[in-house]
Amino acid sequence: MRLSPALVIGAALSLTAVGLAALSFFWTPYDVTRLTVAARLQPPSAQHWFGTDHFGRDIFSMVMVGARASIAVALVAVGVGAGLGVPLGLAAAARRGGWLDELVMRLNDLIFAFPSLLLAIMITATLGPGAFNAVIAIGIFNIPVFARVTRGAALSLWTRDFVLAARVAGKGAARISVEHVLPNVANLLIVQATIQFSLGILAEAGLSYVGLGVQPPMPSWGRMLNEAQTMIYVAPWFAIFPGLAIVLTVLGLNLLGDGLRDLSDPKVRRAR
Amino acid sequence: MIAFLVRRAATLALTLLAATAVIFVMLEVAPGDPAVTMLGLNASDEAVAALRAELGLNAPPLERYLAWLAGMLRGDFGVSYTYRTPIAELIADRLAVSGPLTLYALALSTLIAIPAGVHAAAHRGRAADAATLGLVQIGVATPNFWVAMLLVLAFSTGLRWFSAGGFPGWGDPLEAMRALTLPAVSLALPQAAILTRVMRSALIETMSEDYIRTARAKGLSERQALRRHALRNAMIPVLTIIGMQFSFLLAGAVIIENVFFLPGLGRLVFQGVVQRDLIVVKSVLTLLVLAVTLVTLAVDAAYAAVDPRLRARRR
Repeated sequence: MRLSPALVIGAALSLTAVGLAALSFFWTPYDVTRLTVAARLQPPSAQHWFGTDHFGRDIFSMVMVGARASIAVALVAVGVGAGLGVPLGLAAAARRGGWLDELVMRLNDLIFAFPSLLLAIMITATLGPGAFNAVIAIGIFNIPVFARVTRGAALSLWTRDFVLAARVAGKGAARISVEHVLPNVANLLIVQATIQFSLGILAEAGLSYVGLGVQPPMPSWGRMLNEAQTMIYVAPWFAIFPGLAIVLTVLGLNLLGDGLRDLSDPKVRRAR
Repeated sequence: MIAFLVRRAATLALTLLAATAVIFVMLEVAPGDPAVTMLGLNASDEAVAALRAELGLNAPPLERYLAWLAGMLRGDFGVSYTYRTPIAELIADRLAVSGPLTLYALALSTLIAIPAGVHAAAHRGRAADAATLGLVQIGVATPNFWVAMLLVLAFSTGLRWFSAGGFPGWGDPLEAMRALTLPAVSLALPQAAILTRVMRSALIETMSEDYIRTARAKGLSERQALRRHALRNAMIPVLTIIGMQFSFLLAGAVIIENVFFLPGLGRLVFQGVVQRDLIVVKSVLTLLVLAVTLVTLAVDAAYAAVDPRLRARRR
């Protein structure tokens, strides 16, 4: 089996981001909580690869620590979306055409009618800013996505012979959903999870950028960009590196998702 | 066709009604008493009670919900807690910035994406296609507010072609458009990437259809078949995405308007949230959901006009 370049590059970028975030728990080049005013606003150099901010903190270390918040919020939001969306989608497909199916689809329409970022801003504003509420705000939008993908894929599985065989064997709808439908939609869900993960990182960055996500003193990529904005004339590097971190991580996850999709279904390869 | 549109309109009206209920309930549970916010923490209890009565905050929630809906239907959105002006006027003012900004961005994104997508599809598998796909991947991964910061860095501090923010008003339309250019470009670029990908894949899919083979068999060159037959049919998914982008652009404008200090709807919502001016938030949000719903209906109508098969389908 040949691995596609997208898969290799995507996996490498994603693993680098996750690896740096994990490493930051044990080691960073500099302590991000120590302020060194003498070393403030230094351009990138051998000592400070990404330069320093207005408090003299090492930006490379901050990008490493900031990765934690972005990755954690996006990952938990995917968990929320899949945890609620997948059972809903499975149930809707098992009772296709019934009231539950109708209800799930209408709730989908309702959530999709809201401009997502705007509702996320409203939710965090209502519940108060912070990482936990950012997870809820982003996670809510993942629910209909997972419900829809699961339902769509599960619907066609319910017409297949092996499901029929399971019904003849006397298995109930719930057992068939878990034992026969779920394993067959798992590939699709993993691809979708990768995509939602990358969208979550973008959303978290947006929320933190407007001050509604992760709160100080915890660094996050979005908050760093917010702070960098006022200093963009004197310290452009402060605005460039956290942004690059976002782009490379999201790019990596998207490529990983594409690669996994091609891997799980060679028929769609190059069709998109 | 008419029956189809009536059915779609009814569904969307119900969605809209449910959306207003969700907005109302969500802001109802929001902490913070608007009367206290308006008067400040040192206000006396009597003053707060008087203001609560004036704002009609003492009525039961259902009554207030219905009164709010009835008001909106008449075009009366209520009075802002903080600005002390009718919300309809505030919204009209802000719409004069956000409306043109969204359309400007939508136009840019379409103008970039359709030629880019067609070119990539026509040169499928070659260098131009690969380069386009690479740029698409980068565009999709880039947050629009970071694009905005880079644009400010390049064009307002570096080249000094555009101002870094603010809006001079529509007195001088050219200056106004200039002030909206960097915001519109930063909104448009990530969306253009998505649209390019959709255009390319829709066209590639259409080119493998039987009627294209027939057209080629009749002696049309690949390029002629693409122009005359494939392009029109490939526009259907592209149209949906353009419709969907409208809501993304409106939402994205919240952040971009904050980057460029533009007095638009997004900033109005954001300030309303920060100042707990919830009636403004409620109204603007409802209006945005209405806009998204209307665009969805327009896209459905365009669909039905283009493809008769869709009229018969239920979902």
